[in-house]
Amino acid sequence: MDGGDLKKVAYYPGCALEGTGHAYNRSTKEVGKKLGLDLVELKDWNCCGAMEVKNIDPKIQTYLSARNLTIAEEMGFDKVMAPCNGCYHNLKKAEYDLAHDEKSVEVNARLSQKAGHKTYEAGKVETIHALDWIKKAVGEEELARRVQNSLNGLKVANYYGCMYTRPRHIFPEKDKGPGSESTSKPHFMDDLLAAAGAQNVEFPLKTACCGGAHSLSDSDTSTKLVLNILETAEACGAEVIATECPTCHTGLEMHQVRAEKVLGRKTNVKILYFTQLLGMALGLSAKKVGVQENLSDPRDLLRQKGLG
Amino acid sequence: MPIHEKSLIRPENLVEHEELVIDGVDVSGHWSTFIKPRTIFDYNEAMQDEIAALPGGENIHRCWQCGSCTNACTVNAVNPEFNPRYWIYLIRLGMEEELLRDKDILWQCVSCNKCTYACPRDVVPEAVMKATAHWMELKGHTPKSNSTHFDEEFASQVIATGKIEESRVIRGFFRKTGQPLNQPWLAALITGLVRRFPLGYLMRMGWATVFRPKTRGWSASRRAIREYVHEREAENRKALGLDATGGH
Repeated sequence: MDGGDLKKVAYYPGCALEGTGHAYNRSTKEVGKKLGLDLVELKDWNCCGAMEVKNIDPKIQTYLSARNLTIAEEMGFDKVMAPCNGCYHNLKKAEYDLAHDEKSVEVNARLSQKAGHKTYEAGKVETIHALDWIKKAVGEEELARRVQNSLNGLKVANYYGCMYTRPRHIFPEKDKGPGSESTSKPHFMDDLLAAAGAQNVEFPLKTACCGGAHSLSDSDTSTKLVLNILETAEACGAEVIATECPTCHTGLEMHQVRAEKVLGRKTNVKILYFTQLLGMALGLSAKKVGVQENLSDPRDLLRQKGLG
Repeated sequence: MPIHEKSLIRPENLVEHEELVIDGVDVSGHWSTFIKPRTIFDYNEAMQDEIAALPGGENIHRCWQCGSCTNACTVNAVNPEFNPRYWIYLIRLGMEEELLRDKDILWQCVSCNKCTYACPRDVVPEAVMKATAHWMELKGHTPKSNSTHFDEEFASQVIATGKIEESRVIRGFFRKTGQPLNQPWLAALITGLVRRFPLGYLMRMGWATVFRPKTRGWSASRRAIREYVHEREAENRKALGLDATGGH
């Protein structure tokens, strides 16, 4: 993946970014614009199946992602960028399964033919995350040069969640030594936010699970998992938890409220998308990156830091 | 001898006499504790094959019981009874009755994939957990779990229109599971959202609940997926020796 061909990539926002993840969609696009990067939204994309459709049948999920990859290919792109961990994970998994599992190839071909569109073949389109996109297309040095409003030592715990790194085998480009992302200790978000002036705290729960798959169907478990993440972040000295997934982000916000209402455990750490933090560092207003939409209202903290 | 590891033995299998004298020796209390002998006759020899026949269960035979999955498990840290390694052991031996003791928590796997990341044998324990929960429901051992209700609501919307609309999924899920929408924490959340989201955006969200977001040109995909789902459901039921008429 070289920086040049990442200046203009296909964009797969996914359902969450059109709903509760609105601020992530908005801030991602604004950051792209500010950095001179082009996003072209996939035409007539469909849902990736998130964490639900695979439980009905995993091969349907493969098809759902393959259809999106076909659209990217037909629009002339060999890279598609998905900011949502769920979408990113599912596209990656489809890519892996279509390269390694005959049965997946067969079912995908059958469904694609019946649906009347081209059958996606593995290797045509590479899926990247918003983190890969900014890190590879711009990089920390260039980013640091473009910072107009440093994050000023804001103490950040970087939270990557589950789907960005697990399981390892669907991310062949990770764990490839210097410069590559690590599946055990991911650092792309840390690198970008440090370049924007944040002070990253040592946070052991970077890839812990927020229980997002059962946010509503098993809320008590999710609240416990989220509370652990929030309290640990605070114990590590974080003022902000930076997120890069709408499911994690909404889960943290929702169960922060629930932990307070149901368990009487209040936490004050603020939850922001990494693109909101980058956007403000690049000189965009808090409003422009949708900070007013965050439930864990970070506006007072941001004003204190001169970022409001 | 007092039994020190009582926690490993189910209370109903421990017998202790408050007052007991044997051959003139007083063995009252813990001096008379013994564990009931246990002989198992009712192995379900088909159980492993049936679970392996469901999507996700394919690699269960590869497990060599190292316990990396349970060690890595997110839910195990919250509830030590949640033990994928043990359940895979029971399934492979066909100890159905033992497995059924945990039927009400088995569906709680959060799909974090820590087990799959840690597994040295490519068992994909996360998928095995899903297959096992699915097996429990198909066999009628458990009613549909909350997780299954959510999955079905979500999937039916994706299949129908190509996209989901979050508030419709949530309303559908709460309706299916008979939960009230006016729980205090949920109300606090919704008022929080309404207060913060820009008005124009809320109007768009409201609009979307009436005019559902759709993927253009989806109808042929919908037909193809529905046909495949029906076929798979029939195959799954057949693999479990059930008649083809039931299902979702």
